[in-house]
Amino acid sequence: MSRSRFNAVHHAPWVASVGLFVIWELGVRVSGMPEYILPSPSAALAAAWTFREAIWMHAEQTMITTLGGFLIAVIFGVILGAAVGSSRIIYSALNPILIGFNSVPKIAVVPILVMWFGIGGIPAVLTAFLISFFPIVANVATGLATLEPELQDVLRSLGASRLDILRKVGFPRSLPYFFTSLKVAVTLAFVGSVMSETVAANVGMGYLMMSASSKFNVPLVFAGLLVIAVMGIVMYGIFSLLENRWTKWAVRGARSA
Amino acid sequence: MPQTGLKVSVMDSTPVTTAFVEIDKVRLRYLEGDGLALEQTSMTIAKGEFIAVVGPSGCGKSTLLKLVSGLIRPTEGKVRVDRQEVAGPLKIVGMAFQNPTLLPWRTTLDNVLLPLEIVQPHRSNLRRQRKAFEEKAMALLSSVGLAGCEKKFPWELSGGMQQRASLCRALIHEPDLMMLDEPFAALDAFTREELWDVLQGLWMTRRFTVLLVTHDLREAAYLADTIYVMSKRPGRILVRYDNVLPRPRNQEMTFRQDFGDLVHELKGHIRTVRAA
Ligand SMILES: Nc1ncnc2c1ncn2[C@@H]1O[C@H](COP(=O)(O)OP(=O)(O)O)[C@@H](O)[C@H]1O
Ligand SMILES: [Mg+2]
Repeated sequence: MSRSRFNAVHHAPWVASVGLFVIWELGVRVSGMPEYILPSPSAALAAAWTFREAIWMHAEQTMITTLGGFLIAVIFGVILGAAVGSSRIIYSALNPILIGFNSVPKIAVVPILVMWFGIGGIPAVLTAFLISFFPIVANVATGLATLEPELQDVLRSLGASRLDILRKVGFPRSLPYFFTSLKVAVTLAFVGSVMSETVAANVGMGYLMMSASSKFNVPLVFAGLLVIAVMGIVMYGIFSLLENRWTKWAVRGARSA
Repeated sequence: MPQTGLKVSVMDSTPVTTAFVEIDKVRLRYLEGDGLALEQTSMTIAKGEFIAVVGPSGCGKSTLLKLVSGLIRPTEGKVRVDRQEVAGPLKIVGMAFQNPTLLPWRTTLDNVLLPLEIVQPHRSNLRRQRKAFEEKAMALLSSVGLAGCEKKFPWELSGGMQQRASLCRALIHEPDLMMLDEPFAALDAFTREELWDVLQGLWMTRRFTVLLVTHDLREAAYLADTIYVMSKRPGRILVRYDNVLPRPRNQEMTFRQDFGDLVHELKGHIRTVRAA
């Protein structure tokens, strides 16, 4: 890649994001859109600054519930993905259930969780978990199930047990799939926790935005959206970095190209 | 025509006294209701013999290798190795395929060491003897011309180099049986013929028993002691040639009359098989 193209690729995300805000700002000012319908980004940022202490407190709560749910999703997803990916019987038994489960809108599950656990952090953690484990299961299972048959023959003819094959080949090979799914799953986990906080919590970004909108503080609602977006981008970035570190061998093509 | 490849009819191929691999009236059907993949097949392979199996694609050559390695069980008949009936995956087998199947996250050296992490008794000795094992792997790598590549990753090697590494991985645990399923089919002609010599060299020093599947008749004539021609599906052994060309064979020999005649005759068989 030439140096100038490298720079362009590097700067493109900043240019696009800043551009979006500029267009948004200009659009609101030129059209004279009232603040209670669509506030300008500068108004949203001003609201974020004014309510920074409240936002910090609620964001912290959302971060904790999101990561809590995500952590459970990773543990559960890896175990279930390993089972589904290494046994054809388990795969055919669980596949319809998993697809059915994934098709249920998780917002419909929140009232049930509230019935069981009451209002607060637990439904948020569980919603984050429920919405984010599926991509992990699917990716880990795919990584394991797509082992080359020849490689399995080589290992089996050496007397390798199922567990040997998983340890030596299956898991290392599905690592890139796993990291891809983590990036998707962590952003989904935010969707889950905020959704649950919106209807069933007294704290968290979802609750903050809900109560701001009931007071017609629309700039604060948008400030909340921006904060959630930033948290999602940061977590995504962290998992991208880990992915690059640990699965370099899988992205070499993209690099040398 | 000077007879170099001695054609032997399948029927009166008398069992070798030192039979190491015996395939005894084996038939194989993969799935209930499917046709046979392998029609009644018998062959005996002596210890240290180098055999090649040629035949049209889909005739059951890979199936034959899997049967002997114990990866699949015959529908009828018996497979014996070292006088024991084969009941599950054999542990004295090394395998290499057209696709080198090296693990991209391991260095060449670690790829070659993989079998020692799995096969007993090496597996239990791995921690104590790591150094000795590594030295052995390095020696093997340099014997196939890969000295200095041990720290490289597979994707930093050319196709021919990967295939050399794959041969090393198949040999590191000193198997008695080598199963080679079209190992050189994806390589260019120069690299392929270089690797014939590499393989012949390894075989002449170690004398493991080899089953080589190939669709390259020159390859079969260059490498094998015995060449079997199979029919199209359902596979059956049609003829057997005792290849009496002297060893070690070299590239010069491939221009000789007797080599040419052997290849020519094999070609004639394949042509009739395909037309049938
Ligand atoms: N696992 C399998 N299940 C069902 N049929 C198979 C399987 N493997 C191979 N076959 C069939 O058996 C026949 C022989 O296959 P194979 O031994 O791979 O042929 P070759 O290696 O000579 O090209 C082919 O027709 C193939 O389609
Ligand atoms: Mg084949």
